[in-house]
Amino acid sequence: MALSLQAGVTEAIRAHGVETYPNECCGALIGREGAVTHILALPNVTDEGPRRRFRVSDRDYLQCEKRARELGGDLLGFYHSHPDHPARPSQYDLDHALPFFSYIIVAVRAGTPEDMTSWRLREDRSAFDEESLTHAQHNQHPDAASSVHG
Amino acid sequence: MPNTINIPTPLRPFTDKKESVEVSGATVGELLADLTTRYEGLRKHLYADNGKLRNFVNVYLNDEDIRYLQKEATPVKAGDTLSIVPSVAGGAPASAEATAGQARAAAEELPTLSHEEIKRYSRHLIMPEMGMEGQRKLKASSVLCIGAGGLGSPAAMYLAAAGIGRLGIVDFDVVDFSNLQRQLLHTTNDVGRTKLASARDKVVALNPHVQVDTYEEALSSENAMRLFKGYDVILDGTDNFPTRYLVNDACVLSGIPNAYGSIFRFEGQASVFATKDGPCYRCLYPEPPPPGLVPSCAEGGVLGVLPGVIGVIQATESIKLVTGIGEPLIGRFLIYDALKMRFRELKLKKDPECPVCGPNPTVTTLIDYEQFCGVRPEPQTQATGAAVSEWEITPVELKKKLDAGETPFILDVREPNEYQINRIAGSTLIPLGELPRRYQELPKDREIVAHCKMGGRSAKAQDFLKSVGITNVKNLKGGILEWVDKVDPSQPKY
Repeated sequence: MALSLQAGVTEAIRAHGVETYPNECCGALIGREGAVTHILALPNVTDEGPRRRFRVSDRDYLQCEKRARELGGDLLGFYHSHPDHPARPSQYDLDHALPFFSYIIVAVRAGTPEDMTSWRLREDRSAFDEESLTHAQHNQHPDAASSVHG
Repeated sequence: MPNTINIPTPLRPFTDKKESVEVSGATVGELLADLTTRYEGLRKHLYADNGKLRNFVNVYLNDEDIRYLQKEATPVKAGDTLSIVPSVAGGAPASAEATAGQARAAAEELPTLSHEEIKRYSRHLIMPEMGMEGQRKLKASSVLCIGAGGLGSPAAMYLAAAGIGRLGIVDFDVVDFSNLQRQLLHTTNDVGRTKLASARDKVVALNPHVQVDTYEEALSSENAMRLFKGYDVILDGTDNFPTRYLVNDACVLSGIPNAYGSIFRFEGQASVFATKDGPCYRCLYPEPPPPGLVPSCAEGGVLGVLPGVIGVIQATESIKLVTGIGEPLIGRFLIYDALKMRFRELKLKKDPECPVCGPNPTVTTLIDYEQFCGVRPEPQTQATGAAVSEWEITPVELKKKLDAGETPFILDVREPNEYQINRIAGSTLIPLGELPRRYQELPKDREIVAHCKMGGRSAKAQDFLKSVGITNVKNLKGGILEWVDKVDPSQPKY
């Protein structure tokens, strides 16, 4: 499995993680055939404390599916940040994961974005497998992501 | 007549990529059962092993979440549409909860360790969970102990030995012989000194690298917020309900976690309250018990080693909170029974109705906790030793009466084992608990002076006697302890 991020996507996810630090950020990944072309930054509506949890509201989830259709793509997964914690999925992430989605985690340490990884749930729900993540070269399409960001 | 179920993107690979599926049944549960029969691969993602819908699977009947209808038993009509909406959630591991120590680690450089400190803490440093980073976080952190007594003693000593950077202690008491059975900060030579002076000596002797800040004042609604400010954890070592509620509320209001412990006779309790997402003491006990129902250690006694166990649990939790290692005792209430040698654990949830940590708090500033707990303020005694209340008599006044040849009936409402330690000559023992069936033994024609150890139980005896029509009862102020102090120093105190 592999996921490629089109120009601007990597930067937009990292920027979102910095923006919400020390809380977790979250958002949707939209694209086609393993290539993320757009992200949708979403509000974190967790009631368990945004420093180490995120949740997307049902209404926002449905909105993401709708937006993906409008953009002629699919909802490919979600991203979130781990403030002051490595970019590794937690048991909580595993318990709440859905199959076939890509889960991008960006570590934000002391307000600075660090590693970014992407994960997929195994079919038997037993674990995550890391998938390779490729980033677009800079300056290819600088506004590809920022146009939907926010 | 079939109904439609909308399938979310990640589950479509199980439904031959269909966005919606036609199913039939009379209830939501039957529609879902039909769906998973047709598409078996969906089952493990929709249902947990116990057969219940997974907690991240939300089901909407038209526009309504079935949790607010009749859940899976909700009946469906022709034309109703069901939607499966996955709840997208996740987060960092609990152990990575951003603690004060971690936030500081992120915000600024952690303090370094000298060669002497590295040698001192080597048994910590060789454990990867703690390591240099954990030890430096400890050094960067601070804990405020409320009380330097039974719980505060072991907690302060272990925190100091472990290398906490700053240790605050609030206490206004003086070391008494009766403290030495359990309060290991204080030794025989310290009797008569302030607990703070004694505590400081011991802590500095254990570890001179610790900054010790002492506050010789009674914790109150006026000073709590000021004293708590700047500390990462508050360690509650108090022995009474008003202060316990005060510590809890001040922790919630200032956002500082409370490493809680309490002890009574052979049983102890511990938990971590007032973390960002966890429950607080009031989620567990919204209201204090009626005054006097739960006796204090001074009245009920306590096994000397018990605060050792509980205080060390509080110190352990404090260390975990500031270093961010392990699973904190949040949302769990630990009960330790020393006689049975058993630990039990109760699950605690944040109470959405909690008056202080709930979403709609009614307690937003510190209140009068003595009044909240229904504790009567101490009646003022004048310099002459005369009680201001007509319902009370001081030991000196009682002695005068006896010397003048008066013969009040002296009623001792303590327990027989206390009576064996000391007593007022000529007194009659009827323990408080036996009074309701034995009060008719009391003389009708004599004044009664009731006493216990310190005056609490005898005040209850007085109230009870009043309720059965015996009104010529005076309470001996300060109990037998004050009697020994003021009148009969030949007797032992306990």
